[in-house]
Amino acid sequence: MSIEWYIVLSSLLFATGVLGILLRRSPMVILLCLELMLNAGNLALVAFSRMVGNEQGQVFAVIVMVIAACEVVVGLGLIVAIFRRRLPLNVDDLRELRG
Amino acid sequence: MTGTAWAWLVLLFPLLGSIVIALGYRALPRKAAGMIGTAAIGLSFACGIAALIGLLGDEPEARHHASSLWDYASVAGLDIKLGIYLDQLSVFMVLVVTGVSTLIHLYSYGYMQSDQGYHRFFSYLNFFVFSMLLLVLAGNFVLLIVGWAFVGFASYALISFWYRRETATRAGMKAFVINVVGDIGLVLAAFLIFRELGSFDYGEVFEKAPEVFTTNEWTITAICLLLLVGAFAKSAQLPLHTWLPDAMEGPTPVSSLIHAATMVTAGVYLIARTHVLFALAPTAADIAAFVGLATLLVAATIALVVTDLKRAIAYSTMSQIGYMVVGVSIGAYGAGMFHLMTHAFFKALLFMAAGSIIAAMANEQNIDRMGGFAKAMRFTSITMLCGALALAAFPLTSGFFSKDEILAYAGARGGMYLVFVVLGYFGAFLTAIYTFRLIFRVLGGEPCPEARELIETGHVHHAEPRNPATGEPEDTDVGFPGPEHHIAEHSAPMRVAMAVLAFLALVGGLIQIPGVNNVVADFLDPAFEGPVLAHVHPSIAWDWIGLAIGGAISLLGIWAAHWLYVANPERPRALERRFQGLHDFLFRKWYFDEAIDFLVVRPALAIGRFANRVFERFVVDGLVSGTEGTVRGTSGVVRAVQNGFVRSYALLLIAGFAGLALYFLLSAS
Repeated sequence: MSIEWYIVLSSLLFATGVLGILLRRSPMVILLCLELMLNAGNLALVAFSRMVGNEQGQVFAVIVMVIAACEVVVGLGLIVAIFRRRLPLNVDDLRELRG
Repeated sequence: MTGTAWAWLVLLFPLLGSIVIALGYRALPRKAAGMIGTAAIGLSFACGIAALIGLLGDEPEARHHASSLWDYASVAGLDIKLGIYLDQLSVFMVLVVTGVSTLIHLYSYGYMQSDQGYHRFFSYLNFFVFSMLLLVLAGNFVLLIVGWAFVGFASYALISFWYRRETATRAGMKAFVINVVGDIGLVLAAFLIFRELGSFDYGEVFEKAPEVFTTNEWTITAICLLLLVGAFAKSAQLPLHTWLPDAMEGPTPVSSLIHAATMVTAGVYLIARTHVLFALAPTAADIAAFVGLATLLVAATIALVVTDLKRAIAYSTMSQIGYMVVGVSIGAYGAGMFHLMTHAFFKALLFMAAGSIIAAMANEQNIDRMGGFAKAMRFTSITMLCGALALAAFPLTSGFFSKDEILAYAGARGGMYLVFVVLGYFGAFLTAIYTFRLIFRVLGGEPCPEARELIETGHVHHAEPRNPATGEPEDTDVGFPGPEHHIAEHSAPMRVAMAVLAFLALVGGLIQIPGVNNVVADFLDPAFEGPVLAHVHPSIAWDWIGLAIGGAISLLGIWAAHWLYVANPERPRALERRFQGLHDFLFRKWYFDEAIDFLVVRPALAIGRFANRVFERFVVDGLVSGTEGTVRGTSGVVRAVQNGFVRSYALLLIAGFAGLALYFLLSAS
């Protein structure tokens, strides 16, 4: 299989993530879409790695996964905190930090 | 030790005394503070004598030494050293200043005894002496200006010494402002000197000046006129004199030391010090001489009618400084400096006696209310009489020899300078009248209630302290002559100081008698080498003729005062009524205060008000609020982006990245 298919799939996944972040209001879904974007990146990295023929891309993909895990911890923690304070789970309502 | 080392010590002691008293005012008992202050100046005087002895060891022509401790400022072609210049003139001034100051410190030790601000007083007084010594010992124009400004400050601090008294603080401000006018003149003169000669150092400036300038060139005339502005402000010459009478708001020892014996003669010293420059600008020197003449006459006429004891003596000080300015401006340096010395003796003494009498009057200064103190205060009266005789140039007293010498020199120059002789003798006549007016009014006549109290009970009159100018009750918390009043009769230190000065006032003139000896002038002469204004020496015969005329005029003046104020006490009042207009004119001091108020103060205030109303309101405020508005507007635009919608941030981020990616892709292809 040529590399183009992988790139197209990766781009589609990334675009889905972007659209999800821009259009959805639930922090939970936004977090999921962020994961989607990261994994689209991972897919591209692994595909390029196989094309070039060394492992560097795969190493990067593993590191991105670690960072994604950390990010999910923080993000979910925030969501739990919002929920426990009985604040609306809607990013458009949570705008107290506006300038 | 060399002479210059002693001169540095002369400077050191008053500075140390001032610092020690200022820092130790809580720990030191009153007596100790007074003793430290007096001893510091006494030691300084001793070092001055040592410096003189060191100087006398040299050949007369080689009696000038410069010495510097370190570089004060050394940048951009400027090399100013913290240096002193020791020659006959500066050592002479050092001796006069420290000598008279020692006695006045001794007097203050007794006189200020019950004042709350005793420590502060001695600290200021020592600081003043230090500044004055710095002024006379400075080796370049920069240090001269430093000393010049320091004495201005010391004078301000001491005039407003009783700072709860509003008239005193106002007088202090007036003195300071007028002195700053003088400082500006002096600073501008120093700038011009540096521009033309490239140095501030006395030695270099005086050496180069005759080569660079031609006589009466406009630059040298400008320099000399600017120097004169400084000299006139400090020495209370017309029209910058109005601060001196007001300065009498300070304690009497201050009037005695600063506003009679030492500081106000700084202008005379300055003219003498820069004699090389004045020799190159005879026009400026003539202007100075005429201003001195005008001052001596104006001040003498005012002194005839003033009713405040201290202010009358202050006007007499102005008048006598007028004689000195005339002396050093026509080239009679030796005579001018000699008069400076004798004047320091008798004027300091007169103020001390006045202080003693004012204390006995419980701070009343109006001579109309005084009388009969000859019986009540024998010692004060005798010393005051000694001072008055010297001031009136009574034959064989010190003022007799010194004043006439100046006029004899003017006579020897002839021509236009004969005006100085005629009007100078007229001034001497007025001097004798106003001096003995004070004597007859204060010492003679019927004893006033205060004097009678002193005679009958031996007890100094006591009254709630009141401001003599306004009659307001005084605030005694911060010090005022205090609840007790100290008179010379009851205080040994005051008596010692006055006795020494009375002796000097009587016989101090005997060191310079025409044809017999010439100590001061012979000693000073080598310091006035170089270009001179005139090569004249009054012959001894003319000197003696001048002395005879002077003596006769003095006796005539005293007789006139007697005729006016003793023979028929109603006569002055009748004259007052007859010449009401003239009396008012003199009593209002020739309307100088009003004229300065009209010509300078009001326009300055109007300009200030205009600047406040127009410039400040529209230009300065406009600039400030304009800047503020711009910043506020710009930040409003930027702030709108931070709307708090997470998704719009994400959109901006993504759009930005997409834009960047697009840019790089396009530029790569």
